[in-house]
Amino acid sequence: MGIYEEIASNQRRTFLLIFFFFGLVISLGLVLGLAYGNSYFGIGLAVVIGIVYFLFSWYSGANAILTMMHAKEATKPEYVHLINTVEGLAIAAGLPKPPKVYVIDDSALNAFATGRDPQHASVTVTTGLLNKLNRLELEGVIAHEMSHVKNYDIRVMMLAAVMVGLTVLLSDFILRSFWIGAHGRRREGNQLGLLLMVVGIVLAILAPLIGELIKLSISRKREFLADADGALLTRYPKGLADALRKIKGDPDPLVDYANKATAHLFISSPFRKGALTKIFNTHPPIDDRIKKLEQM
Amino acid sequence: MVTGTTIGIIIGVIVLLFVIYIYNSLIKLKLRTDNAWAQIDVQLKRRYDLIPNLVNTVKGYMKHEKGVLTEVTKARTSLVSGSMQAKAKANNQITEALKSIFAVAENYPQLKASENFQMLQEELAGTESKISYARQFYNDTVMHLNQAIQVFPKNIFAKLFSFKEREFFQTAQEEKKAIKVEF
Repeated sequence: MGIYEEIASNQRRTFLLIFFFFGLVISLGLVLGLAYGNSYFGIGLAVVIGIVYFLFSWYSGANAILTMMHAKEATKPEYVHLINTVEGLAIAAGLPKPPKVYVIDDSALNAFATGRDPQHASVTVTTGLLNKLNRLELEGVIAHEMSHVKNYDIRVMMLAAVMVGLTVLLSDFILRSFWIGAHGRRREGNQLGLLLMVVGIVLAILAPLIGELIKLSISRKREFLADADGALLTRYPKGLADALRKIKGDPDPLVDYANKATAHLFISSPFRKGALTKIFNTHPPIDDRIKKLEQM
Repeated sequence: MVTGTTIGIIIGVIVLLFVIYIYNSLIKLKLRTDNAWAQIDVQLKRRYDLIPNLVNTVKGYMKHEKGVLTEVTKARTSLVSGSMQAKAKANNQITEALKSIFAVAENYPQLKASENFQMLQEELAGTESKISYARQFYNDTVMHLNQAIQVFPKNIFAKLFSFKEREFFQTAQEEKKAIKVEF
């Protein structure tokens, strides 16, 4: 798959994601509206909230993510080497301008890129990564992130992070409002009302699961693609392979401020290995990635 | 007769659109190559600007290795003026010379410990890899441009609109390895 196909595929995914987001928000609004006896109000409110939140996600999603992750902008001279590496690989990728560089003070080895397009992008690494990787390995990781920037993965992943985050919050809210509604005023116990309540609860339960599905659909193959594109930038696949091996061997992969909504952004899963990470796996097995890199 | 003219017009329009498409695709490649070249120039200029700082910092220490320093200073001017080959050649010379300067610096602990020197070393190393990345990107775009110019039927139109093949920005084999050196 060439870069143009990747970008086109990401445009489709972005569109689907937005479509899906509005579909979900509107149906939640409908359910909420019906439960309170005014479906138009519910839908109208949902559309307004949806649009406002979409605009927020589009323009400030990256900043929200960076703030959530406690990332600080990297400055010279302390991070001169990191900044130079990012600038160099931005040139190699032919980006119009280098992404901004951020650092998270965390001993885990991880990195991510975000932003709505290559002109408004940023690359973030943990201090653990900076301390434990050598020059070639760091170049490998940054090149991987640069590929995410170049092929617009960052846009899909950013929207998924911010919008999925909302889905989870919203479904929580609906479930709670149903509890209050049920206690507050007893409506005539007709079957329709009961049905709506069931639909609402099912939807609210499904929402986070659907969110997980979105993330799965966007995240697994793209890591392989970014590995390959990154190796093409550095012309040295071993650098990234060695970096991934170090990341895999790290006893503490936990990034403190990472959560379900942001896990898929990272180069490797920011959670401890366990049953839960297997079910909601947002990343392909690191061994497969190393193997593919070594075959290049 | 009317259908004949219509068909003729349709074919004419299709051919015209085809020619426009080919012309635009060639222009796009040419602009990309120009851009990529500009990136190399920016980094060569950066290297050009950094070298006097390095020479000034190092001068006081390296009394016996004046030769390397004059070599760098001489090659430096060719970085920003002259043909592409001249620039490439000067760039390779400087890469070699810088390597020996940094090797010699190992013998001067005071110099090595100086913050200014460390900063310069990092900046020069960063610039060196930026040059090589810019060159890599440029050579890729040149490859695409040259391919488009050579391939049928674009070659006909390339000749017609006088698109010229570009040269690759050549490098010494040693320099490729130099990027891999860890400081």
